[in-house]
Order: sequence, then C-alpha cells, then structure tokens
Amino acid sequence: MRKCSLSNLSAVFDKISENLALYIPVDTNGGAKFEKYESGMVMSEALNTVRSAKDFFFPQIEDVAAFKVEGKNIEVVDTRVIKDDFVIFGARACDVKAFEVLDNVFLSDPVDSYYANRREHGIIFALSCSKPVETCFCNAFGIDCTEPKGDVSMWKTESEMYFKANSEKGEKILALVADLLTDGEEKVVESEKAKTKEVLKKLPLSNLSPDKFGGGKTKEYFDDPAWKSLSESCLGCGTCTFVCPTCQCYDVKDFNTGHGVVRFRCWDSCMYSDFTKMAHGNPRLTQLERFRQRFMHKLVYYPENNNGLFMCVGCGRCLAKCPISMNIVKVMKTLGGKN
Amino acid sequence: MQKISRETLIEKAKELLQNGTVSSVLGWKAGEFSYDVTPATFNSVEELEKDFVYNDFCGANFSKYLVKATIKAEGKILVFLKPCDTYSFNQLLTEHRFNREKVYVVGIPCEGMVDVEAIRKAAGEGIVSVECTNDGLVVDTLYNGKVKLAEQDVLLERCKVCKSKKHVAYDELLGDEGEVIESKRFDEVERLEKMTPDERFAFWQRELSRCIRCNACRDICPACTCEQCVFNNPKSGVENKAAANSFEEKMFHIIRAFHVVGRCTDCGECSRVCPQNIPLHLLNRKFIKDIDNFYGEYQAGAEVGSRAPLVNYTTDDIEASDAVRKGDGENA
Amino acid sequence: MNNEALIPQVCVITNVRVDTPDVKTFRVVALDGKKPFVHKPGQCAMISMPGVGEAMISITSSPTNEEYIEFSIKRCGCFTEWIHQAEAGQQITVRGPYGNGFPVDTAFKGQNLVFIAGGIGLAPLRSVINYVRHFPERYGTVDIVYGARSMGDLVYYKEIIDEWCKDSNINVHLTIDREEEGWDGHVGFIPNFVKELNFSTDKTAVLCGPPIMIKFTLEGLKSLGFKETQIFTTLELRMKCAIGKCGRCNIGSKYVCKDGPVFRLDELDELPDEY
Repeated sequence: MRKCSLSNLSAVFDKISENLALYIPVDTNGGAKFEKYESGMVMSEALNTVRSAKDFFFPQIEDVAAFKVEGKNIEVVDTRVIKDDFVIFGARACDVKAFEVLDNVFLSDPVDSYYANRREHGIIFALSCSKPVETCFCNAFGIDCTEPKGDVSMWKTESEMYFKANSEKGEKILALVADLLTDGEEKVVESEKAKTKEVLKKLPLSNLSPDKFGGGKTKEYFDDPAWKSLSESCLGCGTCTFVCPTCQCYDVKDFNTGHGVVRFRCWDSCMYSDFTKMAHGNPRLTQLERFRQRFMHKLVYYPENNNGLFMCVGCGRCLAKCPISMNIVKVMKTLGGKN
Repeated sequence: MQKISRETLIEKAKELLQNGTVSSVLGWKAGEFSYDVTPATFNSVEELEKDFVYNDFCGANFSKYLVKATIKAEGKILVFLKPCDTYSFNQLLTEHRFNREKVYVVGIPCEGMVDVEAIRKAAGEGIVSVECTNDGLVVDTLYNGKVKLAEQDVLLERCKVCKSKKHVAYDELLGDEGEVIESKRFDEVERLEKMTPDERFAFWQRELSRCIRCNACRDICPACTCEQCVFNNPKSGVENKAAANSFEEKMFHIIRAFHVVGRCTDCGECSRVCPQNIPLHLLNRKFIKDIDNFYGEYQAGAEVGSRAPLVNYTTDDIEASDAVRKGDGENA
Repeated sequence: MNNEALIPQVCVITNVRVDTPDVKTFRVVALDGKKPFVHKPGQCAMISMPGVGEAMISITSSPTNEEYIEFSIKRCGCFTEWIHQAEAGQQITVRGPYGNGFPVDTAFKGQNLVFIAGGIGLAPLRSVINYVRHFPERYGTVDIVYGARSMGDLVYYKEIIDEWCKDSNINVHLTIDREEEGWDGHVGFIPNFVKELNFSTDKTAVLCGPPIMIKFTLEGLKSLGFKETQIFTTLELRMKCAIGKCGRCNIGSKYVCKDGPVFRLDELDELPDEY
C-alpha cells in the first residue's frame, strides 16, 4: 500500500502525464466528465461521471475502415492504429465491473480488435467510493464499491490518496511516481472502507436483489402484463442506453467524406424505433417491445449466455438521467415483486 | 410547495371518473424516491389513490402525450395542465395533432417546479427524502443530515423565469386563473448577444460538444411531433445516430431549433431532460426574442389557430438585411 | 494487429443473371479469381458497396462449387436497389461466411428431405438443395415444393426444369398463386399444396419464405403429423455486425447472425415471438 497527500496529487498527475496520456474526471457545466489531463486540472469530487467510462474502450463513434472507390473498383483502407498506453484515473468499481460485461461481448470469438486494442492499452486506476448516494445499487450485483478492481485500487481519505497495485501494468505506473509516494497503512484504508460500508447499509436500494432474474426466465417475464404500464411513458430516447456503462449495441454506417467513404460504428439504442426496422417490416413495432428488449437483455438474455452475470452494475446513472424517471430498479421491483 | 394538494386533484379526478366525464387520467406517478415522478395513465380511483402524486417535482408537460393517448383512448382523458403546459396544448391543437373532444382539461396552479440537480448542489449528494412544506423544502441527506432550502433557490431554470401563470386552455380551473408575468427569460439571450461571434461560437461549441445524441430533447418536445423525424429516416440522407464530425453535432440542434421556430412555446422541457445539461432552450429563446423584436410580440400557443409571424406574410415584414443586423443584438 | 471481422475483402461480380423481374443472381469471386471463402450450405455473407450500405445475404451457390459464390438478391431496399444496377466487373466488398448453416452432416444425414419455399425463399435453400444433389448417397428421397406469385416470379426456373427435375431421386412440385397462360402446373397457395401432397412423416422438412407462408405451412405440416423436431426454417432480422455483437438480431438469448439463421422449430418455440 502506497499513498500521497491530496495536495500532492497534481504532482502525481503531472508525472504520469509526462509519460503517457492520463484521463481524470473533471467538473463541467454538464457534470463530471473524463478529460485528458493537462497541468492545472483539478480532479472532480463527484461520485461518478455523467457518461460512463465505457467510452474509453467503446467510444460513441469510431472508424471501422475507409474505402477508396474509383469507377468499379474499391480499395479497402485499414484505418486502425495501435493505441499507446493510457491511464484512466478514478473510475469507480461499478464502471470497472462493466468492463468485464463488455469484455464478454467484444473479446469473445471473433474478437473485436478495436475494443481489444484499447483494452490492452488502458491502465485502470479504480477509486473506492466513500460517499455512495441514493441511486447506487452496485451491491445488488455483488460489487463491493470499497474494493474496486482494476490495475490499481485507490482509496481516498480526507487528506490522502492510497494506492494498491493489482497488476504489472499498475505497478509500472506506480513505479513512475514512486518518488511522490510513501508507505501507507492498511489500517487507515480498512477504517475508511468500514465507514463506507455503514453508509451502504442505509441506502434506500440496499435490499434490491436480482435473484428472481437470470438465464432461463424468458417465458416467465416476456409476456408479463406489467411491461405495458412500465413502458407507457417511455419516450423512446436513448438516454438510458447512452449513459449506461454496459449497453453496447452499435450501428455501422458509411459516411461519404467527398474524398472517399469512411465506415464508422456508433452507439445505437434498442429503444430507438428504427433499431430493428428492415425493408420488409419491423419485428418490434411499439415502444413496449423495445423497452422490454432492453431490460430482458440485461436481466435474462445476457446472464443466460454469460454464466449468470447480469448486464447491469447498479451505477444508478439511468435513475438519475431518464427524462421520465423510468429505470431498471422500477422494472426489477415491478416484475420481481417488491423486494 | 404547491398551493393545490394531491388530495384535491384526486378528489377532482374521482368525481370526473365516477360521473362518467372521463375514463382515464393522465397524471404523475410516485417513484422510488421523493423526486422521480413518472407520467402515467390512471384508470381507476384505486390506482390514483395508490400512486398519484402532485408535488414540486411534477415538471413533466403532458400535452405531447395526448397525441398518442387520444388515438388509443376510448373515452375522454382527464389531463391536469399547469399554466405553461396549456400553451403547448394550444399549439398542438393549432397544428391539429389531437382531437380536443377526447380531452378534459383541468387547469391547476403551479408555484414553480424544482430541479433535483439544483437540490443536490445545494444540499449535497445522497438525497434520502425531500419534504415540500409551506416553509420550503426539507431535504434529508446521507451526509449533511436535514437541510432546509427555499424553493426559489432550486427552481428549474424555466420556472425561475416563469413567463405566465395564466391558463390559456381549460375545461375547468382549480384555483386562480393567473396572469402573464413580466419575465426575465431573455436576459441570458441578451448576454449571449453581447458576446463577440467568436465567444458565442466557443460557448455553443463547448455546450453542444457534450451532446450524446440521445434525442431526449426531441422526443420530449411538444413541438416535435412528426410521425417520422427526418433524423430517423434512413432515406433522408441526414439520418444519424452520432455526429460523424463536430459540424454535424451542432447542426442537429440548430436544425431542430429552426424547425420549431414560431411553434416553440418555451416550455423548457428540452433543457429539463437533457442528460448533459445543455441549455438548449437558449437556442429557441433567441428565435422567440427575434420574432418579438422583428414582428411584434408573439407567444406560440397563447391562442388556438393563431398564425405565427413566419408563416404569415405581410408587406410590412422586416427586410432580410435588417433582420440580420437586428438579430446580432443591435436594437435599431 | 488481429484480423478484424468488420473489415471486408474486396471481391468482384463476374456475372449477373436476371432470374425474375425483381431477383438477380450475382456471381462473385475474390480479386485473385478464386472463391473468397469456403462456406456451409445455408450460411450468409455481408456484402456491401461502400457509401451505399451493407446487407446480410444468403449464399445461394453450393459449397461444392469450387469456382465462385453466388448471391440471389431481391430488390427491396437501399443496397439491393444499388446492386441491381451493377454489372459484371463491378467490385463489391464481402465478409463472412456467417451463421450456422443447415445440419447437412448431422440431422439431415440419411433422412428423406422435403424443401418447401415461397418466392425468394428458395434462395437460401438453393445451396443446400444443390449440396444434397451432389451427394445423393448421403440422403434419402428429396422433395421440393416451390411456389411464387406467378410463373415469372419463380426464381431459378431454368435450373429447376433443366437440372433438378431431371434428377431421378428428386420430386419437384411447383405451384403459382393464380392461373396463368402457358402454365399447366399446380395453381394455389403453398400451405394448401403441402397438405394436398400429403407427405408421409418419415421426412425432415425445411421451410423458407414469407412469414405468412411459414405460419400456414407449419400448420399444414403439423396437421400431416410432422413433429417440431422434424422441421427446420431460417430467420431473417436486421443485422449490422453479423458476429453477434451489435445487438440488432438478438431474440431471447440467441443472435440470428451467429446462432442462426437456421433453427429447428422446437428451438424457435423456446424464443420470444419477435421475428
């Protein structure tokens, strides 16, 4: 366990950013956001960023390939670039767990090389939560917010930041800033964790459980009449999917630049009316079906294919951001009975 | 705290359901916390008594929901409209977007709705509960204990600069009719007008670069009722789910603002729902201010059937060159 | 860097055949003149014209064809409109093959087979029919029931008459929806025709066609005593990645692009009704 005083944190940032790209959460008009560190930037105190950390590995938009078209001929240009190592500083336990959810999709055969490339070069400094809020329910999905995974785990006290490397990658970065760190006492971190755990017990969603969901429950929930009232006010916007750290559906589109064609992929949302639309019709005609798909995917379909792992990490972003305040907690409570 | 209570509204709804005037009620449904209210249809007194709420968090404007609800509904729908909602209601009627016969409007007073983000900023994160009292809000928090806040300090932006407490449409009114208010809503627009073009460009660049194209602003907007939006239509050539470059990022909002010119009632829903807190209403307000400035004051939705100045040519209309000059903030 | 499934290879159209007023068959080879890849009967590929679009299309040539692959495409959307005006020599991009294909080495082996198709639905079955024709010793009897709106809408009409009808172990049963001059074959819809043909249940049935035809034909087969485990069909949903990641063709825990497009009816019954 190593530590530095919070007043020395900017020196740590400066040192890391001299060597590789460093991203830290900073406050903006739109809430906290990961930005590339430049000297003088101050780390946000916010519990979490408005957008999740999935952007680092699965950005909202990225080029897949480019094409040169001349007459009847086509040339394919591989636009991929090997990324340099970069550090994500301050991702929370929920977002880090979400990487595991995304890994199961993008790193399963055939491997998505865009994602794999970023993932390989991303070094995660995960920060323990000390002040969880009412919308948090990571606990329901077996996540301990005081013990975040990642290459380095971090704990923050009133005056210090504690670091523990979990991987070689993490150790390498800590070695870079070794001069700025001193030995930290395990005891301090333990007491910090204990304090947070007391708060966790008091959270309004502390008893939420996904136990009634999981693989094999399609028939049980698919035709539940409650989907109608749950989905009736859904606007069909993409807010929940876009702020969600585990939503990973995407679209592939071509953009004619005037000099050639760039094929890019971008986030898509199963909540959108055209998501499944084909030349000859649409299998999900109303918002009920689209709404149901999102939650069935998270609570039943995904766990069925991934050894029971749910496609939700309880970060609470959808609770805070849905324009009509409909969210996975209400769905779980309504379908699974009040628990 | 709202002057009118949940109980009064339930009583009214009960009466109208029981005497057969309406068969369903569009109202606000209680959520997990004090503040996460969801629009919902209530079909019985039992449902109302169980989940109906009316408090400082009932910002949602139901007018747009009527477009779809009136198609499905067999009987009349009771809808509670706050003063600003009634402008959207009239505007939608002007555009023939729903059948007025299928709606029974009860106008209700509004003391302004609060913004939970503002409460979080003022009272601290971790809101256990919010109690709306005559004396302001009592916010119970995880880390700061009970915090008292004045509603005025945590109102939604649109309520801080409320333009009207007057109901411009209703079948029945609970409480007072209310008045149009001398509003400060153009102050922020003026501030933007005073910027140099470069500053203004930088301002919008900064704000709009946060957009994630979730379309919540469009989907909540009562002026956006196209059955298929051009941005969803693969055949339009501009259909897109993400901006392919930073130019497009701005174009979506600018095109949308143009499309609702003269129809936007300044209900503020776009900014209320934006997950990235982009002040989208300022684009619309700039247009409203310019229209007032060029053609005389015009409030969309103030009456049913009015012709907006931009679709009502007169020989006195401002010349394009003057419009550009005046639009830059120069008050000739 | 790894190979990337989303990056396609360039191929070239070497021949365009007009099958019906709205269906054309495109013969495609890689730039080296060879087959771009080896596939299984019933598999698909993503073909595209950059700037126009990309679409999942079933490979209609048999894997036993070692020279080229073929796609039979009905004009119905943006990309298909474009490719219908393409000529030989036009390059396109291809990636694949995708999907599970028909169980020609397992469930079909040694079985009597009845293929039932409507309209363009014969396209995905053509590769498996020609595969089965190539290895007659591996399978029992083969029946092909095929129908379309009119004589002119029968895809592969020449191939059916000149080749399939001449195979001794194949019975071809054609039908069109309405009487037509020059047609002395059966007239009527496929579901009824299937019932009239009164197939014995010692067969494995393979269905492909418009949803309404599938629905009623299934009822017909069931009334003849066919069990769900004896019936295979193929699904078609919107696809973008074709590798089970983009989420578009997800039904229940399955992705049509990688777990399908071929499903046995009892597998399909386990899935939510969203196709």
